[in-house]
Amino acid sequence: MLTKRIIPCLDIKNGRTVKGINFVDLRDAGDPVELAAIYAASGADELVFLDISATEERRKTLANLVLKVAEKVNIPFTVGGGISSVEDVDILLQNGADKVSINSSAVKDPDLINRLAAKFGSQCITVAIDAKLIDGEWIVHLVGGKVQTELNLFEWAKEVEMRGAGEILFTSMNNDGTKNGFANEALAKLSTELNIPIIASGGAGNMQHFCDAFIEGKADAALAASVFHFKEIEIKDLKEELKNKGIPVRL
Amino acid sequence: MKIVIIDYGAGNIQSIKFAIKRLGFEAVLSSNEEEIKNADKVIFPGVGEASSAMRMLRQSKLDILIPTLKQPVLGICLGMQLMCSKSEEGETTGLGIFDVPVIKFNNSVKVPQIGWNQICELSSPLFKNIKESEYVYLVHSYYVSECEQTIATSEYGVKYSTALRKNNFYGVQFHPEKSSNAGEHILKNFLEL
Repeated sequence: MLTKRIIPCLDIKNGRTVKGINFVDLRDAGDPVELAAIYAASGADELVFLDISATEERRKTLANLVLKVAEKVNIPFTVGGGISSVEDVDILLQNGADKVSINSSAVKDPDLINRLAAKFGSQCITVAIDAKLIDGEWIVHLVGGKVQTELNLFEWAKEVEMRGAGEILFTSMNNDGTKNGFANEALAKLSTELNIPIIASGGAGNMQHFCDAFIEGKADAALAASVFHFKEIEIKDLKEELKNKGIPVRL
Repeated sequence: MKIVIIDYGAGNIQSIKFAIKRLGFEAVLSSNEEEIKNADKVIFPGVGEASSAMRMLRQSKLDILIPTLKQPVLGICLGMQLMCSKSEEGETTGLGIFDVPVIKFNNSVKVPQIGWNQICELSSPLFKNIKESEYVYLVHSYYVSECEQTIATSEYGVKYSTALRKNNFYGVQFHPEKSSNAGEHILKNFLEL
């Protein structure tokens, strides 16, 4: 049976992890490769690396990082942040990334999704969508929620699927950072109306929130950062808990 | 031991190379007929779209070479699918090593299947010391039905083949190089065949 995936997300700046990470057993808390290997060993199903650097060398730094991660880590990983061309994706996949995630560049140039899916296959193209609930309507936002678009979440998600995305990573700006749980109603609507996997993101605070995202939100995977980085939730404990609730997980 | 990964411009080759390195071996990439023929083990990778991958194989005449190989050959993901008779993806013929077609999952399940699923009914030295219902990582939209050459099955809406074998040819739908310790063990089993 296909299992529900648990995905820690690592923010990367200039080749180093940035979000405060509280791993006492880590020699170098800023080393994404070491952190990734620890997550792989602790039962994470997949990893996401989100690059937030803004330097001119960022492409090269990220490509090098991907190569180092692929050398050490034996679970799949996705790379996102600033990817805007076929060439960008080509080098990341060549260096060992399994999937890439695109966000703003897909909104600015929707045909990019078609070009990437045609060249590399839908299975390695994740489209990340950040949205905020405004007056009862879910509106797509860019640049980490700073820039509002005119796109409706559900319409954009359907277009993204039609253009060839293999998966959607949906972050609710209303829930992100609150630790009050995922946006389960919107997640369930996405999961029902679309026929590609949906990753839930934004709002994880405790184990019950993950159960809710899978049962109420019908999500295929759930992503979180700080609850894992600060060891508020151990992935092994989380998976035991999910299994006890009857949710299929890899243990 | 000489391990060759067939290079025809398709596939996440770097990850396979690294996985083999973690097992203590070195693999070389090659599209050279003699080098492939003389290898002890051949790995046939593949990620992407079936008909364009077949086109690349034909351009380099690898479509003629691969079915004649005598040493153990392991097709991974699209590599396994290309070893079948034909594929619905791009309506292409395959290499015809496994006499079974590749078909698309129907819409009763989410397509592509992405994630960890269990492999069952394991019946091959490829799965030596691998437990029944072990988890492996899969990403695919097309699948192979159960057939005489099936050596592992999984369920995703339907029960289907996650691994095939005919003589010296092996194929796995999952990615052993991304399937944690179990995947590395399966790769090790292949290298020890």
